[in-house]
Amino acid sequence: MTVDLPVLWYGVTVLAWVLFFVLEGFDFGVGFLGPLLGRTEAERGAAVRTVGPVWDGNEVWLVAAVGVTFAAFPDWYAALLSGLYLPMIALLLLLAVRGVAIEFRGKHDTARWRDGCDAALATSSLLLAGTWGAVLGVLVSGLALSPDGEVHGGGLTRSLAPVLGPWAVLGGFAGVLLATVHGATFLSLRTTGVLRVRARRLTVAAAPALVVIALALFIAAGHAVVAAAAALLALAAVAAWRRAEALAFAATTAAVAGTVVAVFTAHLAEGSQVLLRSTLSPAGDVTLRAAAASDGALHLITVAGVVVLPAVVAYQAWSYWVFRRRVATGFAREPRVRVAR
Amino acid sequence: MTIEALTRLQFAVTTLYHYLFVPLSISLALFTAVLQTAHVRHVARTGDDRYGRLSLLVGKLLMTTFAVGVVTGLVQEFQFGLSWSAFARFYGDVFGPTLAVEGMLAFFLEATFLGLWWFGRDRLPVLVHLATIWVVAVGTAISAFVILAANSFMQNPVAYTVDAATGRARLGSFRDLLLNELNLAAFPHTYAGAVMAGGALVMAVGVWHLLRGQYAHGTPEFAAFRTLSRFGAWATLAGGALVSISGDLLGKVITEVQPMKMAAAEALYRTTTGAPFSIFSYAPLGSDDPTFSVEVPGFLSFLAKGSFTAQVLGLKDLQDAYAAQFGPGDYTPSIPVAFWSFRLMIGVGMFAAVVALVHLWVTRRSRTLDPDPRLAQGLLWSVGLLPLLPLFANSFGWIFTETARQPWLVFGLFKTSEGVSPGLSFAEVATSLVAFTLVYGALALVWVKLAVRLVRRGLPELPAPAPEPADDELTPSY
Repeated sequence: MTVDLPVLWYGVTVLAWVLFFVLEGFDFGVGFLGPLLGRTEAERGAAVRTVGPVWDGNEVWLVAAVGVTFAAFPDWYAALLSGLYLPMIALLLLLAVRGVAIEFRGKHDTARWRDGCDAALATSSLLLAGTWGAVLGVLVSGLALSPDGEVHGGGLTRSLAPVLGPWAVLGGFAGVLLATVHGATFLSLRTTGVLRVRARRLTVAAAPALVVIALALFIAAGHAVVAAAAALLALAAVAAWRRAEALAFAATTAAVAGTVVAVFTAHLAEGSQVLLRSTLSPAGDVTLRAAAASDGALHLITVAGVVVLPAVVAYQAWSYWVFRRRVATGFAREPRVRVAR
Repeated sequence: MTIEALTRLQFAVTTLYHYLFVPLSISLALFTAVLQTAHVRHVARTGDDRYGRLSLLVGKLLMTTFAVGVVTGLVQEFQFGLSWSAFARFYGDVFGPTLAVEGMLAFFLEATFLGLWWFGRDRLPVLVHLATIWVVAVGTAISAFVILAANSFMQNPVAYTVDAATGRARLGSFRDLLLNELNLAAFPHTYAGAVMAGGALVMAVGVWHLLRGQYAHGTPEFAAFRTLSRFGAWATLAGGALVSISGDLLGKVITEVQPMKMAAAEALYRTTTGAPFSIFSYAPLGSDDPTFSVEVPGFLSFLAKGSFTAQVLGLKDLQDAYAAQFGPGDYTPSIPVAFWSFRLMIGVGMFAAVVALVHLWVTRRSRTLDPDPRLAQGLLWSVGLLPLLPLFANSFGWIFTETARQPWLVFGLFKTSEGVSPGLSFAEVATSLVAFTLVYGALALVWVKLAVRLVRRGLPELPAPAPEPADDELTPSY
């Protein structure tokens, strides 16, 4: 049996991006919802602790997604990153601020320090959700790629202009809303008491707005997955209202996953296989076949991926299992050490 | 300034900054694992929990360091597509899989298990919890090995073919890429440099607490910090020994595969038999002949080839040979940068090893730092500087490695000038460079502030086992 390696790796690449947006999606949501929904210091700390043990592992899906994109489709990687130079730089710096804010928050014990970290965490998380949404919007609308696969001319606006287009603005908007709903369902699933209730209420309130956006998009673009996402978000709202938190979270997870798949497959019409559309001419389109790495390279990552990725998924699942207990407000902030018996 | 120069400057700034945190993460992960292992073995027999408390302190330093390393490492992974897209297209078939494998194989391990280690104390059995930090330590080593394989390809391309149709590099065997002879020497050298960096840091932490006089002799805290300072000193010294041995090996491989680099390191203009090693040299700009230099006769030949009388190729002959091979052009890297970064790497690193040796001598058997106040004073002064020495040695090592490869990005295959993203504008790179400088500068300040506070707070207590919360609401959420 022969396997079509570029197609297989297109699937794996999209899967890695889906996992990144699903997992970091609720991290971003928790990042800006925590300080909003948590009124006391203990509540805000509890919100951060719901993602504390796992956010770093979640973020590595970005490393995997970018690494796999580079490995399997070097031309796509090169066109996307150099074409979106400044937005990508902004994302990297925001991710830096976000990660450090989470990690440093509990390492020093004054109210001012924690407030500073919370402010940095909330701002960066909100901007991250919006900017990633905008970048996904660009994936749909395309870039002004010349036949050499690059965007030329325009100085500063060369790479800024794409994220100011209508699709990108819509994407940014949807990104923030999706992170809100997805983060809220995660928070209600992972906490107790007042935080749990507030997060659940937020899901019920915010999800309908997204359903409206998704339905509008479905009418505009006609992608069936978008309609499915709308249905899932409606389900999430109903489930949250009925206090079925696990179901609500599963629904938002599926909605985020579906949205990302819809974006990545927007141009994969029969036969065309366009990964990234050029708004200038079809000659600049980045296509699946032309952008794929050599069979040797794909073969290598296939061997590595078959062995390693299932193991990664397994031990990450285990880490979620280890931290399966809900986070209560009012626990000691520092983890405790068990003395060996 | 050309856009190429600005883009190179940005790469240098972001990489050197990232590489302040990488060696510390590598070594602090190893030290935390070692100390916690000592704790598990020790506390059961003697009830002495000093190693556990030390592992907690070192582990906290690890957590803060790792966080900065992760977020700056992400920039590195994006950078090839952002600023060097032409290079990414040419080299993607080799570098892409290497990065992907590093992410899948090692980085996932580090990030996931560090979270398990930090938050899992109450949740995991003692030995499983100990295993999590060892997984992190092994993950950092695998990361280093795979990433250095990618860098070694750029210094000494192996296991590739160039596709005639596309003009791009194609990966041959990944195994051969990993086992590049340059990588086999560069990995132990880099790892040992990392151990020195962490060793000097924890030694400085220990010495500072001992000399601060906050803890009386005989207290558990005093004993613990004495242990930490000597542990760090031994690590610095062992790292220093391994760095020298592997450096010698690495020098010989470089002489073989990149003769221009070693000639630049020594500013050896003419091919010489029994070439001397100059410790210090001064030559007026534009002149080939040093007006003043301190030399060890024959030592360069020994370093390069293992014999005091061997012939070492000089810059001029190599330039002529490369011009004949690759066409007209300047194939000589910046000599002053290569010459001085090479010497500073060795000098600064070895100075740290000497300080460690002095400390081990002064505190030998059960002696403390008291008997000789002048020496103690000297060590106290060294505390602020000590952690910087191996870090700077690491930086100088990278400056040497990367600048003395110029004008090549991939030696003999692909020039730096061809690699910059073709559409990139000067204004974009200038903007991002300013943004990086500001954000990285702020992160550095916060990191230093936090690390100093962590250290000042002294030895953390090992809390008693947490009682299982009885609250019904805490039922598993998944």
